Amino acid sequence: MRHIISILVENEAGALSRISNMFSARGYNIESLTVAPTEDASMSRMTVVTQGSDDVIEKITKQLNKLVEVVKVVDLSEAEHIERELMLIKVRAGAKEQENVKRMADIFRGRIIDVSDNTYTIELTGDGAKLDAFIKSLDQSAIIETVRTGASGIGRGNRILRA
Amino acid sequence: MDRVKTEELTGAEIVVRCLQAEGVYYVFGYPGGAVLWIYDELFKQDKVRHVLVRHEQGAAHAADGYSRSSHKVGVCLVTSGPGVTNAVTGIATAYMDSIPMVILTGQVPTHAIGEDAFQECDTVGITRPCVKHNFLVRDVKDLAATIKKAFHIATTGRPGPVLVDIPKDVTMHKAEFAYPESVAMRSYNPVKKGHAGQVKKAAQLILEAKRPMVYTGGGVVLSNASAQLTALVRMLGFPCTNTLMGLGAYPATDRQFLGMPGMHGTYETNMAMQNCDVLIAIGARFDDRVIGNPAHFAQNPRKIIHIDIDPSSISKRVKVDVPIVGNVADVLDDLLRVLKSESKKPDPAPLKAWWKQIEEWRAKDCLKYDRKAKIIKPQFVLEKLYEVTGGDAFVTSDVGQHQMWAAQFYKFDKPRRWINSGGLGTMGFGLPAAMGAQLANPGATVACVTGESSIQMCLQELSTCKQYRLPIKIINLNNKYMGMVRQWQQFFHGNRYSESYMDALPDFVKLAEGYGHRGILVEKPSDVEPALKEAFSKKSELVFLDFLTDQTENVYPMVPGGKGITEMILSEDL
Repeated sequence: MRHIISILVENEAGALSRISNMFSARGYNIESLTVAPTEDASMSRMTVVTQGSDDVIEKITKQLNKLVEVVKVVDLSEAEHIERELMLIKVRAGAKEQENVKRMADIFRGRIIDVSDNTYTIELTGDGAKLDAFIKSLDQSAIIETVRTGASGIGRGNRILRA
Repeated sequence: MDRVKTEELTGAEIVVRCLQAEGVYYVFGYPGGAVLWIYDELFKQDKVRHVLVRHEQGAAHAADGYSRSSHKVGVCLVTSGPGVTNAVTGIATAYMDSIPMVILTGQVPTHAIGEDAFQECDTVGITRPCVKHNFLVRDVKDLAATIKKAFHIATTGRPGPVLVDIPKDVTMHKAEFAYPESVAMRSYNPVKKGHAGQVKKAAQLILEAKRPMVYTGGGVVLSNASAQLTALVRMLGFPCTNTLMGLGAYPATDRQFLGMPGMHGTYETNMAMQNCDVLIAIGARFDDRVIGNPAHFAQNPRKIIHIDIDPSSISKRVKVDVPIVGNVADVLDDLLRVLKSESKKPDPAPLKAWWKQIEEWRAKDCLKYDRKAKIIKPQFVLEKLYEVTGGDAFVTSDVGQHQMWAAQFYKFDKPRRWINSGGLGTMGFGLPAAMGAQLANPGATVACVTGESSIQMCLQELSTCKQYRLPIKIINLNNKYMGMVRQWQQFFHGNRYSESYMDALPDFVKLAEGYGHRGILVEKPSDVEPALKEAFSKKSELVFLDFLTDQTENVYPMVPGGKGITEMILSEDL
């Protein structure tokens, strides 16, 4: 099953490597990983999307907690949460295609953030399924470049992850 | 962090002052370019003594043996590049067995890091998977606090090696020095006490047990909880086993001790592990060499209580019913208190029947061997070693058949007397570990049980033993084979002894003499005891005893890899 794990970690050199190392050393899979400092610059927040049975996820969270620099770990998918991913996608948009691309971007609430003679670059956020759906809705041969951040997640309401 | 008086010192001075503040008596190491300033400071003082090994692997193993035999932190100091990579095997060995160590490594100057400088390697990257934690100190201002953290992390929670990488320029720069008195880390707060509710649940299960078994590992030794374990087992009247890492935690000569479990465990222990209805696991981790195939182990229904300081060890290979996360000594104190306050006592009738069953298993005498053999049986050497040393030696071992025989035949009644590489299984561990044990316990009897293959992996340390006058007794069980490899090839590879025969062995007696020690060749069973007596009477000399033993002897019982622990191969003459 797909799980989305949030990790608060000391913002120190090597912390990311310690975490990704643990996944590879123990044979756990990482579907996506995002990381950036929090409002407290001494700490980073990481979101890891992984696959595994409940047993495996329990082992992953225990191994993460065991790392000396990890402050807190929570499996967001255990309860109500929101997740978003950002995608930048560059598509061929000559005179013929422009209107259709613009229309699709509007439907998906994407924004066109760069324009050239024959390309549009669209910014789109949403959960992974929405981004997948947008890609599918486009003429596949028109897609030039796709950049996705991987999911970031946060608990709903009073579900808070702080040091 | 609390800071008291301050003074301006160089990084190298700070390193030495930190070691002094930690009460470090011995540092095991080898000098080199990146650590010259630290060695210069060591030279100028006499509180911290340096032990010069002959290879950095030896430094790590010696610090490890020092720690295992004394419950102090083992400290080693090596230079950058090859100094570090040579030490990695020793660091990984300590990591697998959760030994508290601090490894100080030199690094090229900060401005040269990443430029493929001479003797540069990515120390923090290379060692990351085999340390509890590691640090690269880029600023001399952080040095003292980092070393303090290293000692704190190494010794608290589940212990382990912690490495501090120190660039050469950091050892030259100056900073205000004050050794912090305490460490506060929001990301690292290991628990000590177990959850009271869980302890109560465990007590209930224990009191209702009809076929109980106490299974303990290295955690009891690391936590110094032998007294609590012994009190618990005696109070309950339950059978007890100690793993390879836990031998000595419960007295092996006691009737309630059933012997070691697992791949080369005793018949009675493996049968009891499989057939018990309540298994009380303490500071043990159900590893593959202990419970064999987890699916086979799970076939028998039983309730499992698991006491361990490391949550990630719980339900890793085997699902447990009552997990208790906490320091073993603290949890056992609480458990003893709860059990004593209970009016309910274990039902004696089923326990008596269980013991009757166990005695039937024990009657199989699974460790028997041919005592009338004309050639020296390795088991016989170990029995005699036990007798001659009065069961009171510090025994280190290398890895292989001799290690298993030592574990089976030397009855350890005290913790920290049996020192071996159980997790990583590092050949070459025995001799340098014995150096550490001897330095930690001057005047004590230290024996290194080894084989002709293992001993050659850190043989150079014979020179260190001479320099520091370490009167270790080396028990070399020489069968001219990598015995355990040979045994597996016999059992599972159609007797094809691929590369397991050691040709062109040195004359070990002359070799020992070459290093300035005494050597004794023992070829006949009748000479075993006199030779051991002679060797152990030499209180100030290292004696290398080269026993020519039966080349075809195997370790029994044996659970083949992937099998269940009751699927044992027993010796042919059973």
